[in-house]
Amino acid sequence: MVELTLPPNSRVQPGVTHPAPEGATRTKTFKIYRWSPDDGQNPRMDEYTIDLDKCGPMVLDAMIHIKNDIDSTLTFRRSCREGICGSCAANIDGTNTLSCLKPIDEIKGDVKIYPLPHMKVVKDLVPDLTLAYAQLASIKPWLQSQTPPPPDRERLQSPEERAKLDGLYECILCFCCSTSCPSYWWNTERYLGPAVLLQAYRWIVDSRDEMTGERLDNLEDPFRLYRCHTIMNCTRTCPKGLNPAKAIAEIKKMMVTRRV
Amino acid sequence: MAIKSFRSPLGRARGTGSTGQGTDHWWHQRLTSLALIPLALYLIGTFLAYVVWGRSYASARAWLHSPVTAAAVILLIGVGFHHGAAGLQVIIEDYLHCEKLKIVALIAVKFAAGFLALIGILAVLKILLGA
Repeated sequence: MVELTLPPNSRVQPGVTHPAPEGATRTKTFKIYRWSPDDGQNPRMDEYTIDLDKCGPMVLDAMIHIKNDIDSTLTFRRSCREGICGSCAANIDGTNTLSCLKPIDEIKGDVKIYPLPHMKVVKDLVPDLTLAYAQLASIKPWLQSQTPPPPDRERLQSPEERAKLDGLYECILCFCCSTSCPSYWWNTERYLGPAVLLQAYRWIVDSRDEMTGERLDNLEDPFRLYRCHTIMNCTRTCPKGLNPAKAIAEIKKMMVTRRV
Repeated sequence: MAIKSFRSPLGRARGTGSTGQGTDHWWHQRLTSLALIPLALYLIGTFLAYVVWGRSYASARAWLHSPVTAAAVILLIGVGFHHGAAGLQVIIEDYLHCEKLKIVALIAVKFAAGFLALIGILAVLKILLGA
């Protein structure tokens, strides 16, 4: 059966409390999931009450402030801090999003930060995305064509053909959507998940790609594609405002129309 | 911690490959749900007219004696069980992860749906043919 409760060694326990610094007038408490593979302890929630006048406006700014000035052991991924690298995705205030794009003042009460749901944790807020990346590689997310490119220029697209990639090419592969999807939680090994299916569709509709049939054949499977039950968590959570559920629906439409 | 498997991530992701199936199942679920809308509406309407307001065994038998009604009821039974079995199959595939239990459950659902549908259809035929 699907595991609906956490195994004993994964149950989250109360952790260390770091009180507000003296003289702070605007404070906010961050409750952050902590787990280390090295100490044999259960995960815990550490509490950090910080001075908002000492850090920038976004959740990532607060996390960097905590790491720099309060607790250097806090571990998380980040790179661009402006919503284009996808590294800092986490479950913040109950929703998967990019911590660099989430303003602190949008969150009422304490700010709870967990790693992306239902993935193995490497440490603290760092999930293991190895399988998700391999699933992406399995759909061959690059242009495949038998016609050689023109010798003197790039492969051309009309503006209409190019417009079909809008809403797809913007995906930064943060995997907020896939890790918000219950179908992906229950069948991670066999369902490709919304992020990878959106990428698959991005190449299926690319007018320059000539492997459309092979790409559809590769997805024609009860698990790879059809675990999507239009739950729509993917679209609701996407920090870039994309619509993976629509991309999946378009793939299903193509599956039907190519046989009728 | 000992490494349990040296299989590459891509090997895991590619798994046992694409089965080349799935669209039929998905399409049948949509088709059957579409068919169930008019069937259910027609039957609720005539059921109310003949059986509930008629309030007698004779009027209920008369209701099922019409070939149109009998055809609609048989279709409702067949399509309904087909739809139900397809839906249960998806739920089992989603939530049952013990492979043996899953296979047993999938077979049980198919057999039970087929058997129950046949019972329903035979009952309608019995009344329709006046046996």
